[in-house]
Amino acid sequence: MSNMPNELKYTKNHEWVRDEGDGVVTVGITDHAQELLGDLVFVELPEVGASLSAGDECAVVESVKAASDVYAPLGGEVTEVNEALEEGPEQINENPYAEGWIFKLKIADASEMETLLDAEHYAECCANDD
Amino acid sequence: MLIHEQSQPGRRAKAQAPDVSPVLDAIPAEFRRKALPALPEVSEMQAVRHYTRLSQKNFSIDTHFYPLGSCTMKYNPRACNSLAMLPGLLARHPHAPESHSQGFMGCLYELQEMLKAVTGMHDISLAPSAGAQGEFTGTAMIRAYHDARKDHARTEIIVPDAAHGTNPATAVMCGYKVREIPTKADGDVDIEALKKVLGPQTAGIMLTNPSTVGVFEHSVQEIARLVHEAGGLLYYDGANLNAILGKARPGDMGFDAIHINLHKTFSTPHGGGGPGAGPVGVSKCLQPFLPVPMVAKEDGGDYYWLTEKACPQTIGKLHAFAGNAGILLRAYIYARLLGREGMIRVAEYATLNANYMAARMRQAGFALAHPDRRATHEFIVTLKQQAKELRVNAMDFAKRLLDYGYHAPTTYFPLLVPECFLIEPTETETKEDLDGFVDAMIAIQQEAENEPEKVTSAPHTLPVRRLDDVHAARELDLRWRPA
Repeated sequence: MSNMPNELKYTKNHEWVRDEGDGVVTVGITDHAQELLGDLVFVELPEVGASLSAGDECAVVESVKAASDVYAPLGGEVTEVNEALEEGPEQINENPYAEGWIFKLKIADASEMETLLDAEHYAECCANDD
Repeated sequence: MLIHEQSQPGRRAKAQAPDVSPVLDAIPAEFRRKALPALPEVSEMQAVRHYTRLSQKNFSIDTHFYPLGSCTMKYNPRACNSLAMLPGLLARHPHAPESHSQGFMGCLYELQEMLKAVTGMHDISLAPSAGAQGEFTGTAMIRAYHDARKDHARTEIIVPDAAHGTNPATAVMCGYKVREIPTKADGDVDIEALKKVLGPQTAGIMLTNPSTVGVFEHSVQEIARLVHEAGGLLYYDGANLNAILGKARPGDMGFDAIHINLHKTFSTPHGGGGPGAGPVGVSKCLQPFLPVPMVAKEDGGDYYWLTEKACPQTIGKLHAFAGNAGILLRAYIYARLLGREGMIRVAEYATLNANYMAARMRQAGFALAHPDRRATHEFIVTLKQQAKELRVNAMDFAKRLLDYGYHAPTTYFPLLVPECFLIEPTETETKEDLDGFVDAMIAIQQEAENEPEKVTSAPHTLPVRRLDDVHAARELDLRWRPA
């Protein structure tokens, strides 16, 4: 069973979201997602300053098996990206919830947080996929 | 070992060297290289041995059963090669005038006519030089059609999630936004989802039929009706044409643009980075936009080139001269060897072989991805249970198959089936080869249960063991440099 920390929020598309307070969230892909993809070899990051709506394709993660889009879990503006992933995409495999974060977002509408899943519901989604 | 690593300064193969030195006077001094290029210096025999050894390491259709799903790795008849290399064809200069090229042009004209007849399309251009360029051409024609009508609101191409990756890539190359629609559990397109995304913004849909999951789309006519009613056009990806050759025609299903992979369905050689050919076919509404040149025939029987002059709305040229002529000739000869009846037998045996293998695999306890559907020319086995319970995954089975002397099937595609094997035996294999492959899978299954390490550490008998493809992808090293 893959790791799904309780303090995070999730999307059906396997992104995780951490509320950093002051309207900023950190986004990455879940442990379950990195397990499905296998060893990552390339990450295409969004541009700092990009304005996103919830559901927009905003990054790409590529493994030896497949390339997959990462979707913006919420609307807002990209304030920071994890440039270390360009040289070390394996950090997503090794530690998806810490060093493997992908980007930070200044969210436009805090009420959108309600649309995200908690760990329990995300675990159900993954179980249904199997 | 690279041939560069065998190099010794001053070693030469004099018998192979040109007998006159090249004349460089016409090249200005500043453009001439100062140092010699880093070419290997080896004897003639070293070069022969090196490349012969490399060729012996190849897995190829001439040496092994090669059931690579979606790729149609069938036998390439030698007759196609030898006839396409007749001196009159091989030595024809591409600038030769029409009057000196009537035989060659006649072959291309007849190929156009045969492809029209077998696909049910209104017209054909042989110009695109590969399947992917054929896709690009088809989508560019769809765009040209909407543009000619000043219908600029059409900005979206619909692509099912089971599609080949080239489909969405093509749509983006042509400036479209991709709308993905889901595939239902039975393998068909989700019609309700399609209805939701259709509208005045729809430029078209790209479909593969039979689809990449190896089933014939039940509702293809309904899809055609819905897309046409919304003002969009239908693109047919010809990847899986082998299954229906001579039996069913994309033109009759309502498609407006198609491409044909001659290296699959018409058995021209695959791979090695060599030339392909991806002729396109169109319905009447796209005819003016076909790429040039094409071959036309005068009433008197003479062949002539159709160029921009005669086709002012053409999307243009895609390739120098007449496309990959040598490949077009091989496909022409293949089509002539088969004839109309032979093409039907291709589809029948391709389908029979796939269904026979699927039935045997199922009997042996393997899980089919679509057990309730009849397979077309290919079928999917999912090794999900093996991965979960035995920790032996599809890649492990694939690598172990190499030890048994079989090229692995396509693995991990389509992406929506977990741990999948996409198996396409083609019509040219014998029953013994089909049985041999299934028996090897059964043997590997037993190994996976009893001595899994044997499978997870395969291959054991090949010149190289399991490659570290993650390392290779992360640290690309493609160029030899002197030490």
